[in-house]
Amino acid sequence: MTSVRSAIEAANQEGRAALIGYLPAGYPSVEGSIELVRCMVKAGVDIVEVGLPYSDPVMDGPTIQAAAEAALAAGTRTTDIFRVVEASAALAPTVVMTYWNPVERFGVDRFAASLADAGGAGLITPDLIPDEADEWIEAAGHHGLDKIFLVAPSSTRERLEMTCRASSGFVYATAVMGVTGARDQSSTAAPELVHRVREVTDLPVGVGLGVSNGQQAAEVSSFADAVIVGSALVRVIAEAADSAGALSALGELTGDLALGVRREL
Amino acid sequence: MSVPASNPMPDAAGHFGRFGGRFMPEALIAPLDELEQHWRKAMADEAFVADFNNLLREYAGLPSLLYDAERFSEAVGARVLLKREDLNHTGAHKIRNVLGQALLTTKMGKQRVIAETGAGQHGVATATACAYFGLDCVVYMGEVDTERQALNVARMRMLGAEVIPVMSGSRTLKDAINEALRDWVANVDDTHYLLGTAAGAHPFPAMVRDFTRGIGDESRAQALELLGHLPDAALACVGGGSNAIGMFAALIPDESVRLYGFEAAGDGYQTGRHAATITAGQIGVLHGARSYLLQDEDGQTLESHSISAGLDYPGVGPEHAWLAETGRATYLPVTDAQAMDSMALLAKTEGIIPAIESAHALAGVPGVVADLGGDAELLVCLSGRGDKDMDTAAKWFELVDEADLVAEIERK
Repeated sequence: MTSVRSAIEAANQEGRAALIGYLPAGYPSVEGSIELVRCMVKAGVDIVEVGLPYSDPVMDGPTIQAAAEAALAAGTRTTDIFRVVEASAALAPTVVMTYWNPVERFGVDRFAASLADAGGAGLITPDLIPDEADEWIEAAGHHGLDKIFLVAPSSTRERLEMTCRASSGFVYATAVMGVTGARDQSSTAAPELVHRVREVTDLPVGVGLGVSNGQQAAEVSSFADAVIVGSALVRVIAEAADSAGALSALGELTGDLALGVRREL
Repeated sequence: MSVPASNPMPDAAGHFGRFGGRFMPEALIAPLDELEQHWRKAMADEAFVADFNNLLREYAGLPSLLYDAERFSEAVGARVLLKREDLNHTGAHKIRNVLGQALLTTKMGKQRVIAETGAGQHGVATATACAYFGLDCVVYMGEVDTERQALNVARMRMLGAEVIPVMSGSRTLKDAINEALRDWVANVDDTHYLLGTAAGAHPFPAMVRDFTRGIGDESRAQALELLGHLPDAALACVGGGSNAIGMFAALIPDESVRLYGFEAAGDGYQTGRHAATITAGQIGVLHGARSYLLQDEDGQTLESHSISAGLDYPGVGPEHAWLAETGRATYLPVTDAQAMDSMALLAKTEGIIPAIESAHALAGVPGVVADLGGDAELLVCLSGRGDKDMDTAAKWFELVDEADLVAEIERK
């Protein structure tokens, strides 16, 4: 199985950033989300990020909030995430993005073991900082999982060093001070943050928050190792009239993003 | 209001034992560090402390009275001293916290304040402090609550605040907190998040405790003067837990004083319709801290239920979780019906209509008397006044015949 890091590095050797696509598990249904993930991989994402729906997603904007609410209302359970990961990991390296409480409730080691069993590569933890992550770091080491922590424009040099030391796979740089959601304007803070991260680590740097089209993907691709897209993908699914429409719109946008990361500016 | 050496919690990373901490997006860690630095500096600054105490005295009407409630005492069979926080400006203990944090906001050079509110009491208190200090104020309030508490929406707007109805999730207090956090992460350069209770990520639980600890500091001195000795127990209601921690902080080192927190048990903590987090919740992480919370088996937050909007929250401050685990304080459930009975009892015996929140503490008195005996002298935090609850009380006790009222309005 290709690791997340080597998938990013392989893309980088082609002179481009890797494309990471986010979709919430269980939206619109568990089976439906598996089909959407397959579509997204076929259309060109290098790495899949599967979200575990949570009742209180403080880092997410309206698009992903609504999808998480719908997934929970449809009865999505923590164990469902492993089914989605299993299907996805057969096609591309797959990580899970989750708020911390569902992991703690499931049991940190048990969650790590189940994720590893399903072929998952690691966890992105938006509300868990390394300072609070002893139990997760131990479980990740035990089960061979990547610990993908976030850095932000507000992170001090000291925190960048500490967070990168605790990370593996890649470092998730949040491009803006804000929540997830497609934005018209590209972030001006992102290039500087990536530069600061590179001063303290050799790990690949992925940039997320606000990328919504091929042009923005091309811009981010020029300075980052990976481009992470979430809300824009969820939005085209939410706006589609039916599941066939969702698949076609998702494929089209993913294709545009995949061309974007390959485009010379 | 300084923190005595005998009260070393939390540790440097904001932990109360295994509770508390900072479960927050990295983007907010630097702002939380900055807030902690400003707060610690302010607490050590005599000029800040003098300004704060002056505000409390001249503007909020503090210290509040400690009232020897003889008629209520006779009814419940033990001597009860009421800490009259209901007489404070804006009608509750919450003015202490908002004045402290608003003063700190001005020292941080920030011009904009955001807050969450459930029933609207913290929103009104925040809007009041912002009006006083000339700060821009935005209050997030669940859409369901804006409908239930339209009068408080009007009060906040009258004070110059912008009230934003929150349409996400369950559209109540917890979602208002989520939305305030989303605003904060996007606007943290010029904005302070004025959290209304002793919960959330470090330093909020410790900071809110220190701004409200005057309740216990004053009560302790007043009780010593009135009784000649310390009371046997202190009682307070617990939602997030700001009035209770404000009452307990000064008394934690006094081991002879038992501490009791009363949680909202709604229809009964066994029914699933309650807000008794410590009694019937499990340990988890919500809104930035590890504590007890109401959650399902997947760790999704459950909706809480209480007749008292101020206690209707599925979490609780981490210091209370720690005090419960160490046994220093005891947390017990009080149902809606018990609280409403006590509300009526205080109104009829003393001519004081308490907030329904505070009535939960009063409802705890008989159980404590059963524990400690009729000689016990009890200090009870009367955290707020009941004017805001008259609509609820009128329905509960059927004080108003609605059909008659409608007919009368139609006649006019």
